[in-house]
Amino acid sequence: MTTAAPRSPAVATRPPAGVRRPSLLRLTAVESRKLVDTRAGFWLLLSIGLLAAALVAVMLIWAPAAERTLGNLFTATLLPVGVLLPVLGILSVTGEWSQRTALGTFALVPRRERVIGAKLLAVVLAALASVLVSLALAAGGAFVADATGTADVWRTEPALFWHAAVLQVAGVLMGAAFGLLLSHTPLAIVTYLVLPIVWSTLGATISALRGPAGWLDTALTMEPLYTAGVSGEQWARLGVSLLVWLVAPMAAGLLRTLRREVS
Amino acid sequence: MIEVEGLTKRYGRHTVVDDVTFRCEPGTVTGFLGPNGAGKSTTMRMICGLTPPSAGRATVAGRPYRDLPNPGREIGVLLDASAQHVGRTGREVLAVAAQTMGVAPGRVPDTLGRVGLNPTAAGRRVRAYSLGMRQRLGLAYALLGDPRGLILDEPANGLDPEGIFWMRGLLRDFADRGGTVLLSSHLLREVEAVADRLVVIGGGRVVAQGDRDDLLSGAGTLVRARDPDALRAALGAAGLDATGGTDGGLLVAAPAGVVGQAAADAGVALTELRPAGSGGLEQIFLALTAGTSVQEAVR
Repeated sequence: MTTAAPRSPAVATRPPAGVRRPSLLRLTAVESRKLVDTRAGFWLLLSIGLLAAALVAVMLIWAPAAERTLGNLFTATLLPVGVLLPVLGILSVTGEWSQRTALGTFALVPRRERVIGAKLLAVVLAALASVLVSLALAAGGAFVADATGTADVWRTEPALFWHAAVLQVAGVLMGAAFGLLLSHTPLAIVTYLVLPIVWSTLGATISALRGPAGWLDTALTMEPLYTAGVSGEQWARLGVSLLVWLVAPMAAGLLRTLRREVS
Repeated sequence: MIEVEGLTKRYGRHTVVDDVTFRCEPGTVTGFLGPNGAGKSTTMRMICGLTPPSAGRATVAGRPYRDLPNPGREIGVLLDASAQHVGRTGREVLAVAAQTMGVAPGRVPDTLGRVGLNPTAAGRRVRAYSLGMRQRLGLAYALLGDPRGLILDEPANGLDPEGIFWMRGLLRDFADRGGTVLLSSHLLREVEAVADRLVVIGGGRVVAQGDRDDLLSGAGTLVRARDPDALRAALGAAGLDATGGTDGGLLVAAPAGVVGQAAADAGVALTELRPAGSGGLEQIFLALTAGTSVQEAVR
């Protein structure tokens, strides 16, 4: 600190360094890092893990012995994780606007679609990782159940796991889509949580809406993903509902984010 | 290095930036001067591809900013020191930027040291930073990619006098080594000490630009008389425009000889007659931008 720094070389004579643009892989690594390097992000991820662990514990203590199977333990963790993952998706996008870091981010990577692509990849990876965490926690619980005398603990259908992956990835992407569209954290979270509830209530009370709700209410269309058996029609219903609640807001949000002014 | 051609930004019927044209050459510091709301920040955001222009174009190193493959390695940008995630530490802010640009992580502590943020400060979250510390962090963010140019919006805001002096030295050194600097300010004094060139903007339009020394010497003549009203009348009779100075003298956009002759012809005794110097530039700055400031206040 006390010694004088050597005089730096001339600025302009140096050949333009680093003309290569950052790869999508690099940007995805950066966006993944940004999910965990703030206190809010860290605690959100930690609470997702802790909630999943807590549910396994609850199942082990209070569920009837016959129900403490790997599949049941795994399914139990999906719901709390599935509620919080979309919040992660929302925050990953809206944080740039609420904290105004978009100014620096887009100054370094002016091709905004690349940043958004990296963000989507990062949250999808987080969702897939959450399925692995669910699986690990459920397996841990199954060990305990096995030791305490539950029969057939380990028998499960593999379809259950990749259905869960579809469920969590769709959820986190829906969150990101709402974040892109509304770019305001509380607004996006409230809208994301309240809209489906409104839909479900309307669908349940107004008989004319009951038919469409089966195709448009994600709470209904995603339900089969908690099981190992999803029929062709159930996939179709899921696809239609995701078109409305994921693809449409994502496309509109993408357009908005690419065009909007950053200040 | 930075070229701006006819940049214009309209919001509805309101024109914020109106046909702004200037260029910044390597080895120079360009001061971008104007009162608050004159359109400085909007112009800078348009240069950096963050605000789409209504008309005109801007290039950095010969290309539109959005076509630069890795802009952080070409041009360092500091547009708003408070636009940082308050939950990240200063070190983490730079580490994320370094990873994005593909800069060696070892440059992070070096750059933090260069802007005067010690390891203790670097380990604190930005929430706890003063505005001056945020400016230093923002400058580190701009310098991190070892760029050949810098675009800085009001970088002296929040710095103490010692910090402003330090920043001047850093920018002067950067330009002297062949770098290009564009920095904005609403304070003439702040920019005058470091800039080679000045671009003065008011109400969205460029009202004066050129070499600082030319602008300073071309600022006209300061004249003072025991009877200001007689002087005013004499100058008016000679067809010379005069504006009131800050200290009771009159500023005339004409050489001292012409002004003196006009006064002698009318028999007005002068108490002072000299080239206006920097006080004149300030006068130009105030006069050219006064109307727009008022508009800003009324709007």
